[in-house]
Amino acid sequence: MTSGAADGITGRGRRLRALIVKESRQIWRDPSSIALGIVMPAILIVLFGYALSLDVRNTPVALVMEDFSAEAREIAAGFQLSPSFDARVMTSMAAAERAMLAAEVNGIVRIPSGFARGAAAGAAEVQVLVHGTDANTARIIEGYALGAIGKAAERRAAEGQLVAGAGPAVVQSRMWFNEANDSRHFLVPGLIVLIMTLIGAFLTALVMAREWERGTLEAIFVTPVRAGEILLGKTIPYFVMGMIGLAFSVLAGRFLFHVPLRGSLVVLVIASSLYLLVALGIGLVASAVTRSQFVASQIALLVTFLPAMLLSGFLFDLRSMPVAVQAITYVLPARYFVALLQTIFLAGDIWSVILPNGAVLAGMAALLMVLARVATRKRLD
Amino acid sequence: MIAALLRIRTLVQKELLALLRDRRSRAVLFAPAIVQSLLFGYAASYDLNHVPYAVFDEDRSAASRDLIARLDGSGVFDRVAEISRASEIADLVDSRQVLLVIGFGPDFARRMTAGEPANVLIIADGRNSNTAGTALSYVNAIVERFNTNWRERHGLASPPVRVTVRAWYNQNLETRWTMIPALVGTITLLQTLLLTALSVAREREDGTFDQLLVTPIRPTEIMVGKALPATMVGLIQATLILLVAQLWFNIPFAGSFVTLYAGLVLFVVSAVGIGLFISSLVATMQQAMLFSFVLLMPFILLSGLATPIGNMPPAFQYLTFVNPLRYAIDISRRVYLEGAGFADIAPDLWPLAVIGAVTLPVAAWMFRNRLV
Amino acid sequence: MPVLEARHLRKVFDGFVAVDDVSFAVEPGEVFGLLGPNGAGKSTTMMMLAGLLPPDAGTVLIDGQAFHPRDRALRRTLGVVPQDLAIYPELSARENLEFLGRLYGVRGADLRDRIAEVLERIGLAGRADDRVGDLSGGMKRRLNFGAALLHRPRVLILDEPTVGVDPLSRRELWEIILRLVSDEGLTVLLSTSYLDEAERCQRVAVMHGGKVLAAGPPASVRRLADGRTFLATPPGGEPARILQARLLDDPSVVDAVPEAGRVRLVRADGATGDLDGIETQATSPRFEDGFMVLLNKAGDRKGRAAAPARPAATRDGPAVEVRDLVRRFGAFTAVDHLSFEVRSGEIFGLLGPNGAGKTTTFRMLCGLLPATGGTLRVAGADLRQARASARQRIGYVAQKFSLYGQLSVSENLEFFAGAYGLAGRLRAERIAWAIEEFELTGFARLASGQLPGGYKQRLAMAAALMHQPEILFLDEPTSGADPLARREFWRRITALAQGGVTVIVTTHFMEEAEYCDRVVILDAGRLHAEGTPAEIRALAPARDDREPTMEDAFVAIVEEARRRGDDDRARAA
Repeated sequence: MTSGAADGITGRGRRLRALIVKESRQIWRDPSSIALGIVMPAILIVLFGYALSLDVRNTPVALVMEDFSAEAREIAAGFQLSPSFDARVMTSMAAAERAMLAAEVNGIVRIPSGFARGAAAGAAEVQVLVHGTDANTARIIEGYALGAIGKAAERRAAEGQLVAGAGPAVVQSRMWFNEANDSRHFLVPGLIVLIMTLIGAFLTALVMAREWERGTLEAIFVTPVRAGEILLGKTIPYFVMGMIGLAFSVLAGRFLFHVPLRGSLVVLVIASSLYLLVALGIGLVASAVTRSQFVASQIALLVTFLPAMLLSGFLFDLRSMPVAVQAITYVLPARYFVALLQTIFLAGDIWSVILPNGAVLAGMAALLMVLARVATRKRLD
Repeated sequence: MIAALLRIRTLVQKELLALLRDRRSRAVLFAPAIVQSLLFGYAASYDLNHVPYAVFDEDRSAASRDLIARLDGSGVFDRVAEISRASEIADLVDSRQVLLVIGFGPDFARRMTAGEPANVLIIADGRNSNTAGTALSYVNAIVERFNTNWRERHGLASPPVRVTVRAWYNQNLETRWTMIPALVGTITLLQTLLLTALSVAREREDGTFDQLLVTPIRPTEIMVGKALPATMVGLIQATLILLVAQLWFNIPFAGSFVTLYAGLVLFVVSAVGIGLFISSLVATMQQAMLFSFVLLMPFILLSGLATPIGNMPPAFQYLTFVNPLRYAIDISRRVYLEGAGFADIAPDLWPLAVIGAVTLPVAAWMFRNRLV
Repeated sequence: MPVLEARHLRKVFDGFVAVDDVSFAVEPGEVFGLLGPNGAGKSTTMMMLAGLLPPDAGTVLIDGQAFHPRDRALRRTLGVVPQDLAIYPELSARENLEFLGRLYGVRGADLRDRIAEVLERIGLAGRADDRVGDLSGGMKRRLNFGAALLHRPRVLILDEPTVGVDPLSRRELWEIILRLVSDEGLTVLLSTSYLDEAERCQRVAVMHGGKVLAAGPPASVRRLADGRTFLATPPGGEPARILQARLLDDPSVVDAVPEAGRVRLVRADGATGDLDGIETQATSPRFEDGFMVLLNKAGDRKGRAAAPARPAATRDGPAVEVRDLVRRFGAFTAVDHLSFEVRSGEIFGLLGPNGAGKTTTFRMLCGLLPATGGTLRVAGADLRQARASARQRIGYVAQKFSLYGQLSVSENLEFFAGAYGLAGRLRAERIAWAIEEFELTGFARLASGQLPGGYKQRLAMAAALMHQPEILFLDEPTSGADPLARREFWRRITALAQGGVTVIVTTHFMEEAEYCDRVVILDAGRLHAEGTPAEIRALAPARDDREPTMEDAFVAIVEEARRRGDDDRARAA
């Protein structure tokens, strides 16, 4: 039969091309895909690269000097010279406490009177008061303060004074993969997760649901096109868009924010492709099931975007979450992708991380694509 | 005047009916607030309680075992491996089986007894340097206690400089205490902004907005009729999250509810104002969704929720001045944890009032004058 | 052998039998019409024939072969035009056609030629590269239609292709369809609720309640009203609609509609008696008359008498005055120096093709849109500038249902009563009146979004009449309504006008102009004719076969105006 022959591989390829050409034209002319596919990623790159930082820099602290001995001044200088602090010298504890109450400073370092005397006797005290309202910053200040004072003490120890005071056990730590302790190193991989989620799940759910709402899919169903081709015709353009987002993020990470890429680009691209397919799958399933732009995008937001921020391990440590919450993270694709990204970017091609996480994503991608096909075809049968 | 009030009452009734009509839409309004505050309350924490680590103890002395026992007994560190060769370190860290490797050189105990500095070597997985940094600070604190104890037992002098740290308002520096009050503002913003941004857009799409405009109802009355129920819903959501904070997470409330609610009312009104403003600009619900989403992301990221505003470059700090969430987080953290009073949060209150005072009238004006 | 055949089709949705044992056959080269009121099961039947919905029982045959939805080869025989627009507004007409053509496997030079041919056929060759979103409604419909022709199907299935389309665009679409049948040898199956279109079909099937009531050539349906159709002349200057309303109340009358100043009526089988001494004259039946006889036999309603509603206040002087009204959207002039006047208490019709500026004019009158120029006064005020209370005097029913779908019927009524400032006993009274008058009693607690179509419109009317307005604006109230619903609607309007309410209505059912006291005809934002229906009809060219209808006049006026416009443009260029 002639029509049967035309329906072979070439026919399929041509139909697919027609679907992709149409979708690309739509993306280009539709403000909503521009907003989600280009404007949002750009905003996110800028925010993540420049605005977000967990590194304490220029944190205002009050330095209350009640003792002006050389020893005390040395400790004060440690704070004043540290890039972490913006140390404001104050003369009275009352003034410092007022400043802290008004949230003008995040901490108080007090060198009480008699410090020099105490130091000579081996019993000097430096008081550090931190503002616990932002616990994370407070803990970082605490750590820096201990470090700064410890260094001052070490210096004196090295000079041969007060040897008796050197701590018996000294912690010597090394931070692998991020020696500079720069929070951008883990924020930029997180950024990629968000951008991929945005384009893969959110935008795809929106445009596919729009086809259901408008009834244009109905018109396509009466043509010889197959459900699988329709899905591929949606998947490929948004996949490409996601990959462009990836390219921009990697370039921005490399050249604007100087985040290293220690693994191979090929592995990064493969891992990202797998996650992107999962996100696309979620978008396609959500839209096929709900057939409403509004509900589909809400679902995409709830099951992909927020978890990508909060339940992926990109900001908050997964192992410290309660078991029930951890259980949820295992069914969310973002955790696997974050593990992959942080490893590929900062550690390198570590197969013991890449293979299992990649395998889970591949499995999820396959499952979701099958589900999307079933949900789309249901309408036909 | 009375006629206007009656019309507003009618509008509010209609709005509440539409929102609270059936069980499902009520659930959609309030269940996410509770679920999100529970989920994020648990998830959004920088505190660690399960840090897997490996020990590389070449010394195997009483001293090193004591320190290891202290780590194990801290409730934070889980010893998952003991290794005997340095070459095993890379494998454990790379594959993310451990976050830390703690090593003792063969002369650890000898140097301790000799009064020489004895090194505790630590390798941390810095792929998330924030987590690694926090874990290191925990180790430091444990080693510090170990040293104090050692000195006392061996009759050594205390170190010349002792640092005493006290934290105000949050003695144990738990991030949950920081996060959950901030979530009050964040979750409420998410929900109320979307709710109001969609409300007028939905009426425009359904054609009911025209039907409203041909009645004697004035645009200002429509605005008030939309803003009041949304504010009520926002405040109920905020209250639910506050209840979760106090009853579930047991975070002590230090301030006055009057102050907190004064701040929350202004905040919700400003969020509603922004939502209605979006709503007055757009023609369809899809546009409303996109607009809100594009606004919500920077609002949340530039609010001080996850990263402090003080760490941002000055240009971005200026941007946060138009972000209502920035003020809301400040208000709820400070009133909740510090017990701040009206005077303390006044700098947060007036910008919120300004945001509301600008967006709400503009939205009302746009209701009628938007060119369709 | 029939090219397309339905055999004992049946479809049940949630226990509701939508289509029940439907059989008919479409012969090659014919235009077959599927007719019936809304909810008769037409669309469901069409979807099953198009392979978009699997039947619960029965089979669809194409060329005698059983058609399974998955059978792609057989499906290529069909060209399916869905009722909703299934084209992408972001793409141009050509891009839309290219896309669908490629999906059908048409390609290369063949595709290019076929697209050019189809664009020519649907009259869009000149706009092929414009974004579809910028095309007019009629053009979009034609493109929707052209999209199904690309793969040269042998059978075209059209689901309500002309719903909501003005007479001019309808004519154009029908010319395209008939030309396709003659040039390309297409077979056409279409559903419609415009009964005049039935006469253009070779054969029709009339559906009701999911069943086929009758099938055959249109004449066979028409003949059912043979000898029972009359024209009645209203006594002494009375508007035809008043007589029509009276006649409808007569149990011996199956149907009555105003026509050319008189009332066309169909009497019940065997009814002969006198009709209150009204002078009648026998006339030859139309398809619609036979159709009404069929439905009447099937037990369908013909609408009940409506009580007149009185406005809270009446006024002397014109209800609406429009002088030099202009409205521009960017470079596009939607309303171009429009002037007219509506007298208090009359039914006034705004007639015009899609895009003539009717809705824009309405929105300006109701204060929803500022005018670019000119003056307008509604009940003595410009509603855009006047105090909000001035809006108390008008009621407005938008083209599409625009009440709160998630609120119940009574909640909607309570809301609008409150919006209009009704309180206390008055409010309770008006709500009770609305529920009683618009027969909404059984539905009071139902979410209004779930009301059946006709009831939605009743509710919209009830809400707009809550506060007893002086002037009622109705934008395309009968678009998409079936003949029965339209008759019912106009009975209410007649009753309202009798009570003294001024009614301003837009419509593109030209025969409905007969219900109006005066009408204006708009095209491209300009006024082209104004007068009583009789005056307008007089502008139509004379015909040999019958008296000219309103539609003849309308088409003549608009076409003449467009010719003049073209000439003006040609001269200017």
